Amino acid sequence: MLPSRKNFFWSFRNFSIQRMQVNVKGANSSYFGNIREGIKSSWEGLKLSLKHIFEARRSRKPIGVADKEYFGQQTGIVTLKYPYEALPVPDNGRYRLHNEMEDCIVCDKCAEICPVDCIEIEPVKATEEIRKTSDGHSVRLYAAKFDIDMAKCCFCGLCTTVCPTECLTMTKTYDFSEFIMDNLNYHFSDLSPAEAELKKKAYEDFQAAKLAAKNAANAAKANAEAPAPKAEVPRKEVLATETSAETPANPPAENTPPKPVIKRPVMKPVIKKTDPNLPDTQA
Amino acid sequence: MLAFLIFLGLLLTYMILAVYAERKVSAFIQDRLGPMEIGWYGIGQTVADLIKLLQKEDIVPERADKWPFLAAPMIIFVAVFAGFAVMPLTPDLQGSDAAVGVFYLLAIISIDIIGLLMAGWSSNNKYSLLGAMRSIAQIISYEVPVGLAVICAAVYCQTLDLQAISFQQGIWIHEYPGYAQETNYLFGLRSLGIDVTQVGGFLTWNVVRMPLFFVVYVIFFIATLAECNRAPFDIPEAESELVGGFHTEYSGFRWAILFLAEYGMMLLLTMLGAVLFLGGWNTPLPNIGPVKLAFWTSGAPGTVYGNLTGAFWLVTKAFGGIFVQMWVRWTYPRLRVDQLMYLCWKVLTPACLILLFLSAVWRLLG
Ligand code: SF4
Ligand code: SF4
Repeated sequence: MLPSRKNFFWSFRNFSIQRMQVNVKGANSSYFGNIREGIKSSWEGLKLSLKHIFEARRSRKPIGVADKEYFGQQTGIVTLKYPYEALPVPDNGRYRLHNEMEDCIVCDKCAEICPVDCIEIEPVKATEEIRKTSDGHSVRLYAAKFDIDMAKCCFCGLCTTVCPTECLTMTKTYDFSEFIMDNLNYHFSDLSPAEAELKKKAYEDFQAAKLAAKNAANAAKANAEAPAPKAEVPRKEVLATETSAETPANPPAENTPPKPVIKRPVMKPVIKKTDPNLPDTQA
Repeated sequence: MLAFLIFLGLLLTYMILAVYAERKVSAFIQDRLGPMEIGWYGIGQTVADLIKLLQKEDIVPERADKWPFLAAPMIIFVAVFAGFAVMPLTPDLQGSDAAVGVFYLLAIISIDIIGLLMAGWSSNNKYSLLGAMRSIAQIISYEVPVGLAVICAAVYCQTLDLQAISFQQGIWIHEYPGYAQETNYLFGLRSLGIDVTQVGGFLTWNVVRMPLFFVVYVIFFIATLAECNRAPFDIPEAESELVGGFHTEYSGFRWAILFLAEYGMMLLLTMLGAVLFLGGWNTPLPNIGPVKLAFWTSGAPGTVYGNLTGAFWLVTKAFGGIFVQMWVRWTYPRLRVDQLMYLCWKVLTPACLILLFLSAVWRLLG
């Protein structure tokens, strides 16, 4: 008795649910309503696509996001025949990097800040000021190597922000794909390897001469010194080179000390610090 | 033989144009440009694609049933192409003036299914098999409304000869043997008393002679879409589900043949629709008083001008139909199988049965 009653109840419930769904569907509830709605909506669809065919007479103009009309173009063909026409990119867009080597003081800041380490700089000290940059910094370092590997670059733009002379900028060129990956490594150095060698040698000779002069002076001062500290000479030499490089650097002292070794450890702990924090908060 | 060559040439030219048109129509509907690179406005794209296809290797899957696999595209193409044999392209040009043309056409199109099944089954690929099964289920179902719609026209015209049906719908009706005494009344009603035999134009087309034929034509059109496996009835090929349906395993030349057959089917069925309902090779322009538009735009049967204009009008009507097919294809999403069957068995077939009855009644009235 009881189960059958229950079944009866359930069947009734299901029935009412079905009725509800049918009622919700509106015009679809009847056979002819269905057909009418089918014809109507099909016709609407056809009209819509015919409208698009009609509007395909005109193409939308390739205007950039900065243009006032940008959102005004609602109809027409959107296709852009890319190599032949292109959307203008915003002025502050971040695309391919360019270094104006004339203005670069080879301070290495860009290489330090780069999160993916794609800038490689090999500085060579000069014996005197090489030139002044267009904004008045004096350039005292040659870049034997100034490579930016655009294949690794994540286009964060940090390097351009830190650059003190604003010689490193992002251009509007974005289509620079290559078949050979190495070709994406851009060399900006204005020295050929042979020239770089020469500059290196010139600097070494300069230092050697300086050292010799210093030694001669020292020797003159302390006439009767024991030759024992000779062993320390090379160490002194290293120190001397560092100090001597610093000494000629006059007012813009901030530019000269290219000591990435100091800054790197500062950056890395920052990353490490944040990492252990995360599991802490989760726990 | 002449008809054979003309139809073959027409089919090949048409295919190149139709593929191009399909791409352009779809592009414009979707606010795109479509092919633009090869030739002016990309007109040479299809030719380039064809050359590419013909250069490709003819791959037969290792586990495929070789002979059915190789033969299937030919069977499908031959079935479709044979359909053109009874198509009256002009008043004088018809491959075979069989008295049972309509019947023959329906029969020969059905052979298509055998080819589809062979292709799907012999590929030894589950997608192909599923595609073939769906395609057969669909085509067999939709043969019912197509057949009924065709019978509506046949009942009204009292003949199965496509050439006779064409002649009935125009100003040259008296030229056809046996129709010398026939008169065309407006809406096919003698009681209205308006004789349009010499007015011609669209007024003597079947859709006007029996106004309800417009509905029949729409039904015929929908059903032929399904027969051609075209969207929204493309569940046999449903790329997103079945890769390519029955032709998944085909490549190169054989795939090109399948493609050709598919487009040929479109042309054949739109032409059939044009002959049955839209006046065949007759001009749509009527004679209005002294302005003899109908006489100017369609020459007498037997003359070169008559044949040229006849071919022109029929091909134009067919192309119009094909444009609508493309328009529909790029508008609607694919139907579900249950919707497909609902539409066929619950909507089109009953409607067609009623219309068949009404056509017969109209004939008796007229
Ligand atoms: S844009 Fe970012 S990733 Fe690219 S070179 Fe500059 S700092 Fe490195
Ligand atoms: S930050 Fe600027 S000036 Fe310094 S090395 Fe890089 S590009 Fe040159």
